[in-house]
Amino acid sequence: MSGIWRDTARRLRSNRLALGAAGFILGIALLSIVGPLVDANRFDSLDWSNIAVAPGAQHGHWLGTDRLGRDMLVRTLDGTRISLLIGMIAASMSLVVGVAYGAIAGFAGGGIDRWMMRLVEIMSGLPLIFFVILLTVLFGRGLFLLLSSIGAIGWLTMARIVRGQTLSVRRREFIEAAVAGGAGPARIIFKHVVPNVIGPVIVYAMLTVPQMILFESFLSFLGLGIQEPHASLGTLIADGAGEMEAAPWILLVPGGLLALLLLSFNLFGDCLRDALGSDGS
Amino acid sequence: MGMRTIRYFLGRFGGAAATLFAIVTISFFLMRLAPGGPFDEEQNLPADAMANLKARYGFDQPLWNQYGRYLAALARGDFGPSYRYRDVTVTELIGQGLPVSATLGAIAIALALCVGVALGTAAALRQDSLADHGAMVLAVAGIAIPSFVLLPFLDLIFGIHLHWLPVAGWERGSAPHLLLPVLVLCLPPLATIARLTRAGMLDVMRSPYVRTAFAKGLPLSTVILRHAMRPALVPVAGYLVPAVAAIMTGSLVVESIAGLPGIGRYLVQGALNRDYTLVLGMVIVYSTFLIGMGLLVDLLYAWLDPRIRFRP
Repeated sequence: MSGIWRDTARRLRSNRLALGAAGFILGIALLSIVGPLVDANRFDSLDWSNIAVAPGAQHGHWLGTDRLGRDMLVRTLDGTRISLLIGMIAASMSLVVGVAYGAIAGFAGGGIDRWMMRLVEIMSGLPLIFFVILLTVLFGRGLFLLLSSIGAIGWLTMARIVRGQTLSVRRREFIEAAVAGGAGPARIIFKHVVPNVIGPVIVYAMLTVPQMILFESFLSFLGLGIQEPHASLGTLIADGAGEMEAAPWILLVPGGLLALLLLSFNLFGDCLRDALGSDGS
Repeated sequence: MGMRTIRYFLGRFGGAAATLFAIVTISFFLMRLAPGGPFDEEQNLPADAMANLKARYGFDQPLWNQYGRYLAALARGDFGPSYRYRDVTVTELIGQGLPVSATLGAIAIALALCVGVALGTAAALRQDSLADHGAMVLAVAGIAIPSFVLLPFLDLIFGIHLHWLPVAGWERGSAPHLLLPVLVLCLPPLATIARLTRAGMLDVMRSPYVRTAFAKGLPLSTVILRHAMRPALVPVAGYLVPAVAAIMTGSLVVESIAGLPGIGRYLVQGALNRDYTLVLGMVIVYSTFLIGMGLLVDLLYAWLDPRIRFRP
């Protein structure tokens, strides 16, 4: 097991694209945590003498301000932190639910497996984005609801991947040995099955993060996600789209950053898949 | 078509109908579970006026009666009154918006399919050529640049700076007004279709029967069009439902940004206004489309790959 990880780490280290993508993500993440703390401006402080000024150093707002005179650099970093956090949490939720669900279905087999996977099939046939919108209409637009509705749609593909992997290891000798050793099903699933199917799971989890970030931005863009005065990249882009004629930087700063982040996550996920030597499906 | 095929499709049809019924039911009861009524914002309304208002929308009835009445109305194509647009029914709103959204979606999916398949095939035939790299760049861009960044950005360049194209509006579907929205809408599925076609084509081109076709001396175009294309497109057919879902999702954003009067914009506004019947109606319309698309894809599968015809 550890040999595989050492090989993977070595291959990743020799891949410049992977290093660049990972470095960019980590750098932005760090900046989004530290930046708002050290910058003199706050994400919701208004600078009435500098309304919608263009990027430049002379007025103390490096990336300009929005129409309320709020500093774009701090707001974008703050929004990035919220977007990244939501992406990570939602991806972790889909990881936990998907792995447990898929491993149980694959290990149980038979009728249980059939019914559990039919449920997944039906759910993936539904237009879940519309259900999320329905949920946000019903229960208000809190952060918790946003997270749970995003997490609720994220786990389906993960469950499918884990089930497929579980089916492939289920008849192997070490499982038989564990059964012979008297281990219960829960112990076998989480101590023996899950660690052995983790490769493709990690790859897919890595690719889930940008999906979740995109999804959150999408909802926030439509006004159904994060609410003022807080911002995520989605709400910042929505603000920017309304002002682009007079102040294009309000759109371009968060929009460009979101595109670069999504690109980096996807590239890193692809590199990780290659390095692990699994096709992730 | 044999008896088994017909029975298979009847079964699929039944399953689709059951799914749709489940969606309607779950959505309806979710809507009624919501905290607060749609008239909470009415200020200083006398108690009897409020009672009249509730009776007008059927809220004085028991929940099961309301559900039965909604289903019965739905069977007649009546989605009920909108809570927010007081003098308009949801059916009228859908009737106004659907042609716009359907036009937009149909052009986008057709474009994504034609260009995606062509690009993917070209990329597979000439690996490491301009088409190959172009397809890869497009695929990455299609994933990384969200529609709500791309459309304002393109508006900024072509609409505001160059004045080549209008920034927003419908104008009875005039081509310049539709160009950017359609382009943005079709890009993500186009990218995925190109990638799937490329992979499928590479796979098929290595198979023995394609080698035989070449050995017979058939020209390249005949081999591709008559032999390789159909099986290579099976993965693309599998992606069609997600593609339609992606275009529907994208249309929410694109219609809102470009100010197109389609149902996507109504759904977003309905959601922001807590207009429950409107949102419910939209969810039902979108689900029906998507489920219908799933059935269509099953038929398409059977045509593309005869082996699938007798799947249990």
